[in-house]
Amino acid sequence: MSEARLFKPRFNPAKPAFGILVFLLYLFLLAPLLIVFVVSFASNQYLSFPPEGLTFKWYEMLPEESTFMNGMRVSLIVAVIVTVIVLALGVPVALALDRFEFKAKAAVQSFFLSPLLIPSIVLALGMVLLFGPLNLNNTYTGIIIGHVAITIPFVIRTTLMSLATTDTSCEAAARILGAGSWTVFRRITLPIIQPGVIAGGVIAFIVSFDEAVISLFVAESGLPTLPVQVLRYVENSADAAVAALSVILILISLAVVVVVERAMGLRKALR
Amino acid sequence: MTVTQTEAPAARRAGAAEGELEKSTGRRNRRTYLALLIPGVLGLVVSFVFPLAYMVRMSFNKGAPDGVIEETFTLDTYIQPLTDPYYWRVTLDTFQMGVTVGLLCVLVSYPVALFLARSTSKYRGLLIAVAIAPLLTSAVVRTYGWMVILGTNGLVNSTLDGMGLIDTPLKLTNNMTGVTIGLVEIFMPYAILAMISGFGRLSPQLEEAAGSLGASKLQIFTRVTLPLSLPGILTAFLLVFVLSISTFITPRLLGGGSVQVLATEIYDQTTGLLNWPFAAALSVILLVLFGLIIAVYQRLTKKIGG
Repeated sequence: MSEARLFKPRFNPAKPAFGILVFLLYLFLLAPLLIVFVVSFASNQYLSFPPEGLTFKWYEMLPEESTFMNGMRVSLIVAVIVTVIVLALGVPVALALDRFEFKAKAAVQSFFLSPLLIPSIVLALGMVLLFGPLNLNNTYTGIIIGHVAITIPFVIRTTLMSLATTDTSCEAAARILGAGSWTVFRRITLPIIQPGVIAGGVIAFIVSFDEAVISLFVAESGLPTLPVQVLRYVENSADAAVAALSVILILISLAVVVVVERAMGLRKALR
Repeated sequence: MTVTQTEAPAARRAGAAEGELEKSTGRRNRRTYLALLIPGVLGLVVSFVFPLAYMVRMSFNKGAPDGVIEETFTLDTYIQPLTDPYYWRVTLDTFQMGVTVGLLCVLVSYPVALFLARSTSKYRGLLIAVAIAPLLTSAVVRTYGWMVILGTNGLVNSTLDGMGLIDTPLKLTNNMTGVTIGLVEIFMPYAILAMISGFGRLSPQLEEAAGSLGASKLQIFTRVTLPLSLPGILTAFLLVFVLSISTFITPRLLGGGSVQVLATEIYDQTTGLLNWPFAAALSVILLVLFGLIIAVYQRLTKKIGG
């Protein structure tokens, strides 16, 4: 009995204190998202605290706010096309990197991950300069080309991740049994890499959908995306209409988070 | 494992002429992986290499503030930012902001990362997801959230005013204070992610061992926990630093025009003054700064690791 007591940890005041600290830091981390939620339901005409009452008027205003609706349309079109393109380009690259041996492999891999290392403002400037003489500024083509560079690393990384966790014996077996390359890919490889492809696809979608800097440089005047419209609105107005829109954007992000978490784990996908 | 390796034993069993089969699969392999790689490579060349190369070339042109560009090869665009005290100020402010945000971000992320790395809770996965999920939310939205919190009529000022603690609202937006607070929060998920991955050698067993050998809580922390988590802390600091010095949205919105860093300067030169060669030169300077820091970091991690 006395021995058991010897090893029983004493009450340690540092433990709950640490717990409270971590809780407060989580609160800090989520503060801007939580506050947007509160403001979007507050009836105050201008941004102020405390909320005076509950209202849905900011949400009801959204469909009539044509700048937001147009921006939403542009962003959705861009994000869907970008997702399709980077999946079509990125998944084969990941396959080549994992399933084949070739000399410049390490270099090719760093090349495909390098857009994440370049500040997006620098890329954005390069694009607006290059697109000028090509008449691609303020076009869908311009924004889409711009977004391909910054989303392709995510697709390659998540696909590589699911390829790395599986061995090649299934594919080899299918081949020995006489399946052609396409059949092996369709019936064996694709189901194996599906989680990585899904995670990479939805991450590419949300990165493109939320991207503001490249869109701002390339298409601010002629084809503003939703983040660009929000940016402009926030700079000029003080009401809470943009809070309601922000809540919707946060919910879309949340859906993406849930899909990625289910498919392969958020931490693995974003590492 | 490669396809060639897995196919070879099968070929042996089938009694085929090994060498020839190797050769033919080798050639087919080459064709296959090239077919897989080339579309992606082309895509990235068009959307990534061309813009950057064009920008670097542009930085050697001569530009007038009204958008006229003279095709030439000059270093004029570099001489101005490197000699004008204003641009030294901007570069220095950018650097200082990066260091401040990096340090504060590491400070607030460390307890969370430590908690997540040690946690044995069944909600650990969920807590990790919550900590890094903000990465996938719009930077514009999160910056807007901070404007609501820190603004003149924002949460902080209204609360302090309501409690009678202040007479005039604190100036927390349209200055570096606001930008710093916003950036620290926005980059926290990156820091937490980098730290958890960098805490590989940290284990509760080691800390317990130190404790049972008589080390005090403080000694365990300074002698075991902190040294072992140092690589993760360093990576997180560096990541946040490079992200901060190149970020645009938050300095633009929370800085409200009175915070000038390299990114906002590049934007103003591009869209306001239409001085493209100059904006390109500033971008190249930012890239060089980036490269230098990453090189120093790699040196450092090699030293720590060895």
